[in-house]
Amino acid sequence: MSDTLPDNTGYVAAAYLVFLGLLLIYVAIMAAKLGRVQRELQELDELAARQDAEREEAVAR
Amino acid sequence: MRALPALTAITLTSGFGLAFFYAPMDADQGFMQKIFYVHVPLGIVALCGFVLGGIMGIQHLRTGDRRYDLRSYVAIHLSLILGVGVLLTGSIWAKASWGAWWVWDEPTLVSFLIVFLLYACYQPLRFSIEDPEKQARYASVFAVTAGAFVPLNFIAVRLAQAVIHPRVFATADGGLPAKMQLAFTVCLLGMALLYVTLWRYEMAAKQASWSLRSLKRRLGGDEAVAARGRSAAPSLPVT
Repeated sequence: MSDTLPDNTGYVAAAYLVFLGLLLIYVAIMAAKLGRVQRELQELDELAARQDAEREEAVAR
Repeated sequence: MRALPALTAITLTSGFGLAFFYAPMDADQGFMQKIFYVHVPLGIVALCGFVLGGIMGIQHLRTGDRRYDLRSYVAIHLSLILGVGVLLTGSIWAKASWGAWWVWDEPTLVSFLIVFLLYACYQPLRFSIEDPEKQARYASVFAVTAGAFVPLNFIAVRLAQAVIHPRVFATADGGLPAKMQLAFTVCLLGMALLYVTLWRYEMAAKQASWSLRSLKRRLGGDEAVAARGRSAAPSLPVT
């Protein structure tokens, strides 16, 4: 190791931050997709509950 | 599935830890050589992902099973994201080392850019074809052809004479010292695990939305499912 080596800490930090940033963007997009799937699941749950209620009503009649 | 993300995080963190605190400082490049522990594994995994996309494309053409098209699509999609990382980290290293963000007469850089731009056409190609069956078939042909181009391109660059881009493994003077090699191998393993983890998550997300669509149709009939517009993403027939 030498004391005369150039100090490129900023560039090294930037490279690792780029990697971290890309990973975070990807995770954020995946989280948004997951949120959409959860919303759709909720809609389906409500639809199934409505259909159950209609079926019970029909049986009662 | 649950152990994989933890294993990925541990391996990648250990790899970067080894790179900074265990691997010796490079006598020639100094501290900026640490960029290689993220840049090179990103590049290797991205290129392997493109080849994997081609292998899945072959499987799709051979069997006609559209799930292979999805696997190929996800592999290429992830490799493109990693490819952006390779180009950005490589440019940062180039600026630090050569004083320029990009050097056009460097075969490794330009060949990676060509591969990246070639695969950048994959999504528009898919988007341009409306019929899902045809889209999957054409995309697989593209994935196979481009996937075969990747190793050929790699070999051609290795054989090129004018090389100023540093070589990590198998150089004439013996390659990396043992400590650097260990750190690099752990980083490479971590990056490969990250790729597999993201691939599995992406696959699970795609399959979950298809299952939802299918469930919606079963519960609410055809009118409950909005007509699928033109998309670059593969689709499975809704049951």
